[in-house]
Amino acid sequence: MPFHRIAAIVLRQIYLMRGSPVRVLPIFAWVAIDIVLWGFITRYLNTIASTGFDFVPMLLGAILLWDFFTRVMHGVTIAFLEDVWSHNFLNLFASPLSIREYVGGLVLTSIATSLLGLLTMVVLATTVFGLSFFVYGLMLVPFLLVLFLFGIALGIFASALVLRFGPASEWIVWPLPAFLSPFAAIFYPVSTLPRWMQPVSYLLPPSYVFEGMRAIVSGGAYRGTALLWSTCLAALYILLASWFFTRIHRHAVRTGLLARYSAESVS
Amino acid sequence: MVRIALAKKKGMEDTVIPKVLSVNRLRRIYGDTVAVDGVSFEVERGEIVGLLGPNGAGKTTTINMILGVLEPTSGTIRIEGADIATSRSRALERTNFAAVYAPLPGNLTVYQNLRVFGLLYGVKKLQERIEALIDQFDLKRLRHAKCGVLSSGEQTRVSLAKAMLNRPRLLLLDEPTASLDPAVASDIRTQVREFVSRDKVGVLWTTHNMYEVADVCDRVLFLSHGRVLLEGDPRTLPPEHGKETLEELFIAVAREPLALKRI
Repeated sequence: MPFHRIAAIVLRQIYLMRGSPVRVLPIFAWVAIDIVLWGFITRYLNTIASTGFDFVPMLLGAILLWDFFTRVMHGVTIAFLEDVWSHNFLNLFASPLSIREYVGGLVLTSIATSLLGLLTMVVLATTVFGLSFFVYGLMLVPFLLVLFLFGIALGIFASALVLRFGPASEWIVWPLPAFLSPFAAIFYPVSTLPRWMQPVSYLLPPSYVFEGMRAIVSGGAYRGTALLWSTCLAALYILLASWFFTRIHRHAVRTGLLARYSAESVS
Repeated sequence: MVRIALAKKKGMEDTVIPKVLSVNRLRRIYGDTVAVDGVSFEVERGEIVGLLGPNGAGKTTTINMILGVLEPTSGTIRIEGADIATSRSRALERTNFAAVYAPLPGNLTVYQNLRVFGLLYGVKKLQERIEALIDQFDLKRLRHAKCGVLSSGEQTRVSLAKAMLNRPRLLLLDEPTASLDPAVASDIRTQVREFVSRDKVGVLWTTHNMYEVADVCDRVLFLSHGRVLLEGDPRTLPPEHGKETLEELFIAVAREPLALKRI
């Protein structure tokens, strides 16, 4: 796979961010707002809880991990939407660029932006609210990996939906993580969910991460096989999302949707 | 013996230089509408071919299929022998285009756009190539200007610079001078002609300006209702069909294609 074409997609995003603080700010702003808000909530909960239970690693840690997942997903979709907003599909897809290279460029962009977001969250959560990552131990690395992989998969999937339904369907991208959040067991165990929701929850890799995080914080054991399963599941979703994007692109080329993208449909 | 015969055959094939563009029985249907109906033509090295026709004749649809952003219902497209359907990247590495309806992203500067597209097309010695094109298209003053703030003429010059970045073997120009004043349009035509004669590029050029066609095109194809109605030298074609000028011939193609077919 020629790297120069992937580099072109990444470079375009770097140029866009370098030339526009408005694009850079959201990478830090949303996650910072979330950490500050939930930091104070957990601090308050700690003062009223009679058991002396520490909510910081449980709630603030969960928020941090979920925000990381959301930033990864948005990293992919925002990079994709930049091409929608600037009507750039014809220029891009009439070049030798392949879909694999294009998606690869979007993913690399997301790695950079989500790591910046993660760094902001970690600094705020540790320095202001005393969240210690030593609580999670080495498990933090696979937790982040699973969330990263699933964020990439969801980002590719959401981009494919916008490619299929046209520029006006951009709104689909934003509430997708919120739609999944009740199933992802971010703040409560999967067992809390009604029976019909639990199978859906077990199909979502983040559920295993949050179950694991709670198990570690409360001093319980966490099965490595569950983590391995969630990693495989997330990797499978990336493959499925990439296949879906390729199919949608192929459909757009076949029907003429790509050539007339702003029309949103072709007869 | 068989091996020698095969080698000879292979050697002969190697010496045959494929056409820059070879379009064969191209057809595109949208629902009940036949947009392109069995179009076949070729473009040679160093040749500028005008693709003419009234609005809706199928010119842009044909160009979109050549660029690989629209799949033909049937037919084949080969760019220097590479089939766009099976060797898409290889075919498009040798191609580039400029079209009024595909401006470069307005939120990047001239230089940034040339750099990004230079990487996409795998241009060797990219920095040198960008500087040469910035000089050639008089873009020095606009180097750090965002493309979105440029005038139509300036945007066209940037699009043409992008179109020539990879020294394409096939250049597709869809109404490149549509929004330009006559002086700038004349400069653009001169630059494209120089590029063609220097690099032996094949060009497919669509325009509604018949003066331009007579000025730059070696050969023209008149498209009507998705079919090639006429083909020939733009200077001799009008008298061959009982018309005085290319513009008259164009009007006849647009209004009475069937009558013209009988001539």
